[in-house]
Amino acid sequence: MSTTKRGEKRTKVLFRATGVTKVYQMGEVEVHALRGVDLELYAGEFVVILGASGSGKSTLLNILGGLDVPTGGTVVFRDHRLTGADEDQLTEYRREHVGFVFQFYNLISSLTALENVALVADIAQNALAPREALRLVGLGERCDHYPAQLSGGEQQRVAIARAIGKRPDVLLCDEPTGALDVRTGVVVLEAISRINQELGTLTAVITHNAAIAAMADRVIHLSDGQISNIDTNDVRVQAKELVW
Amino acid sequence: MNRLLIADLKRMWRQGLAIPLLLACGIALFVMSNSSVRSVENTRNRYYQQYRFADVFAGLVRAPQSLGNRIAEIPGVQRAQTRIVRDVLLDIDDMVEPASCRLVSIETDDPSPMNAVYLTRGSFPRDPDRSEVILSELFAEAHQLLPGDTIDCIMGGRKQTLRIVGVGLSPEYVYVVQPGLMLTDNRRYGVAWMPRRQMEAAFNMEGAFNYVSIQLQPHANTEEVIARLDRLTKPFGGTGAYAREDQESHLRVADEMSQMKTMAFVMPTIFLAVSGFLFNIVFTRLINQQTEQIATLRAFGYRPSEVGWHYVKMVLLLVGIGSAIGCLAGMRMSWWLTDAYIRFFRFPTIDYEFATRYAVIAILSAAAAAIAGTFAAIRKAVSLQPAVAMRPPAPRDYHGLWAERTGLSRWLSPVARMVVRRLETNRLSTTLSVLGMALGVAIVVLGSFFEDTIDYVVSFQFDKSQRQDVNLTFVETLSPSAVHDMQHLPGVSQVQPYRSAPVKLRHGRRTERLALMGLDEVPQLYRILDDQEKQVTFPVREGLTLSEKLAETLDVRTGDRVTVEVLDRRQFVKEMLVAKVFPNFSGPAAYLNRQQLHQLLQEGEQYSGAFLSVDPARLDQLYEEVKQTPTIAGVTDQSAARAAFDEAISESTSIMRVVYAVFSIGIALGVMYNCAIIILAERARDLATLRVMGFRRREVSMVLLSELAVITLLSLPIGLPIGYAFAYLTTVALDTDTQRFPLVIQPSTYAYATVIIVAGASLSALYVRRMLNSLDLVSVLKVKE
Repeated sequence: MSTTKRGEKRTKVLFRATGVTKVYQMGEVEVHALRGVDLELYAGEFVVILGASGSGKSTLLNILGGLDVPTGGTVVFRDHRLTGADEDQLTEYRREHVGFVFQFYNLISSLTALENVALVADIAQNALAPREALRLVGLGERCDHYPAQLSGGEQQRVAIARAIGKRPDVLLCDEPTGALDVRTGVVVLEAISRINQELGTLTAVITHNAAIAAMADRVIHLSDGQISNIDTNDVRVQAKELVW
Repeated sequence: MNRLLIADLKRMWRQGLAIPLLLACGIALFVMSNSSVRSVENTRNRYYQQYRFADVFAGLVRAPQSLGNRIAEIPGVQRAQTRIVRDVLLDIDDMVEPASCRLVSIETDDPSPMNAVYLTRGSFPRDPDRSEVILSELFAEAHQLLPGDTIDCIMGGRKQTLRIVGVGLSPEYVYVVQPGLMLTDNRRYGVAWMPRRQMEAAFNMEGAFNYVSIQLQPHANTEEVIARLDRLTKPFGGTGAYAREDQESHLRVADEMSQMKTMAFVMPTIFLAVSGFLFNIVFTRLINQQTEQIATLRAFGYRPSEVGWHYVKMVLLLVGIGSAIGCLAGMRMSWWLTDAYIRFFRFPTIDYEFATRYAVIAILSAAAAAIAGTFAAIRKAVSLQPAVAMRPPAPRDYHGLWAERTGLSRWLSPVARMVVRRLETNRLSTTLSVLGMALGVAIVVLGSFFEDTIDYVVSFQFDKSQRQDVNLTFVETLSPSAVHDMQHLPGVSQVQPYRSAPVKLRHGRRTERLALMGLDEVPQLYRILDDQEKQVTFPVREGLTLSEKLAETLDVRTGDRVTVEVLDRRQFVKEMLVAKVFPNFSGPAAYLNRQQLHQLLQEGEQYSGAFLSVDPARLDQLYEEVKQTPTIAGVTDQSAARAAFDEAISESTSIMRVVYAVFSIGIALGVMYNCAIIILAERARDLATLRVMGFRRREVSMVLLSELAVITLLSLPIGLPIGYAFAYLTTVALDTDTQRFPLVIQPSTYAYATVIIVAGASLSALYVRRMLNSLDLVSVLKVKE
């Protein structure tokens, strides 16, 4: 079943990155974070971007998410050209299309779980009901808890609920389990996977944890700022079957 | 550690700049005020010394020159200088009303006279055949008169033309003020110095004099000399000798300087205290932000004392920067302020002094305030267990907050809830911000309330109290029939004659020389009001009515008896009851029912002057008549006096008003800027999160701006009353022997302070918003909370 689905997905390209480079100026040293990346991401697929620390995966994710702009090359999201967009255009792009999940959750500590999710509902056009979003990540019962009253895994799931609250076209997760133990990490990955399947959201997870790669449709290996390899999994492994 | 210090300072340079500037404002103001007071004082003292300002003065009616030699023989007298002094009216081309002028004789052949004239233009009179004079500089300037010009003078009823040969200054007339007026009026009153021989001829005073100045030997007993001098001059109509401390010009200058001193002390001290306190607030918050760094240092094995010293060094460095800026700015501004004062007072030279002692006081107190305030924060930081400090702060429980209990939250958007909850949970930091900003508000009120007070005093004096249009003073007292004739002067609708006599009031060892005013029971034009604006009346046989200031000086209360020494040619002493003491806004004053004063003086009805109500359209005609009337010595036009008062006040206070306004705005801005920066630092993560989620810049800055707005709004109802309290303190401090200021703050001043603060808050907010826009989203989010 997944094969046919993947076949459908392949028909619709959401991102097309061509020759993307990124150079940071660190004092007198030039750091080449990306050295010419060509990549296509398709609607509804689950992609894991795998790479060691410093391989450029976060930079790539930030460029795809409109948090950063490349030094060279082009990135096109549907018909939006992200390269050359100004700050306001990037904001609108993030607002309408992108959901982010970070390693350290970044919840607003003074808002309850429900309110954190409602925050996004306020700025989105076709938002999920905040309770529905929390139910999707399995936190329907903990709506009125503040972040400080939730475990790390629960906080990360609130962050996921918040990211998908606006029904984004793409969900970008930067080391979502990086700060979690295995058991909670699995629960979080389950939630992400569920979102991908139930809402059909293109999901890109970056991680240095190779074990996670098994649950993806495609695994993009990044090393030294370049794509070294792209694997396609014929079968996606369930999150709870992962071991690391 | 020194490298860390530099790194810390680099990292917080935005605050690091604002904090010393805040302190610099307080120090600059303090140093400026005290330096300029010292400079003016030095300048005056040197002037007095170089131009031999006399120590004792005495006036009399007419005495032969031989009396002068006897005066010079009084033990303790170094030398005595006899003179002729007369008040005359001048007819000046550019003025309808006559100007009054004091003619003072000078000895042209004395190489080192007392009360010497310093020539700023022209020369001393040389031609014995012409009436040549030196004119006082301010008067000459007011009429654009130069050496070579002439003025018409009415001397002894005859019009005479005086030729101006020089323009000058004298230590005796630093502050030239017409008797009976509150402030100087350079257009209508001046001094002219004329060779003695010409004066003798003009006033029939050959071989005689009516004024004597004395220079005392070092360590001479002034009281003793005055007593002997009084005995000598009594038979010649002596009006009582007085020391330099009671000399009119000196008294006014001293008064003005003591007011300057108070102003130089009270307001800058409040400014300094406030800036010290703000320094505290900011620094405390800064150290609280650095808990983790402190813990890391402790974990590396640094001793608490080393960590403490690191922060003390930081405080001292910031205090040092602030002090350097403050002292330099204060010195520069004190030159400017001294120049302005000296333009107002007129001295021949300027002696600048930098008030080193005050600068040291300011720096030490700033450092003390800063260290004392940061001590608590430093101690807290030093005493932290490294493990505790590196752990994230205990999670906050947002349940049971005020905003939740009242159900307010339910009506708010999530973003608004963020603002409300954060303000409420970070109570300490919110309170400090509100307090800091409230002090900014208070400082603005303090810096601008004085204008309201002055306006009130002017309106009290000229609109409510003194309702006459013109005040005439007579050369000699006049009979009722002469005054009756004044009814027929052009345009006159009402005449209120009065009697005033020079007296010395004594109670125990305390004395005060002043003019005892004899007024009608219920004066219609020249009214005396108490501080509640109620008219004071003078019923017959009730006794003396004293102003509160005079009662304080003499230490008397209603029902006490005082000795009244009459100082005109009759010279007698009588005891009188103090019937009433009333609070007022002017200096020492004593009143008596006019009939009773006549009885006291053992005379029939005799008037010293009259207040007139005049049709404004016919004032010109009135003045034409008055100029031809030899019995009139002085004319005071009320509206002109008011204009002159306004001008003098605005001249003397406008500089300080501007300085205070600028500094108060500066301090208020500094506070708000700091507040905004701290909020940004504390909220950067939340705000970056919102930006990443797709909130627009405008939407995100609303979070920050509404937080600032709430703090600003909370600070207003707290800051305005504190401003009132500061203003109250200032008026209490300005309550001197001769003057008392009412505390008047108009709603417009509160409104002004509010506008300034709101504008300042908006400016800082805009600046922080720009910083917010350049926030590096990625790096903020990548860090663990």
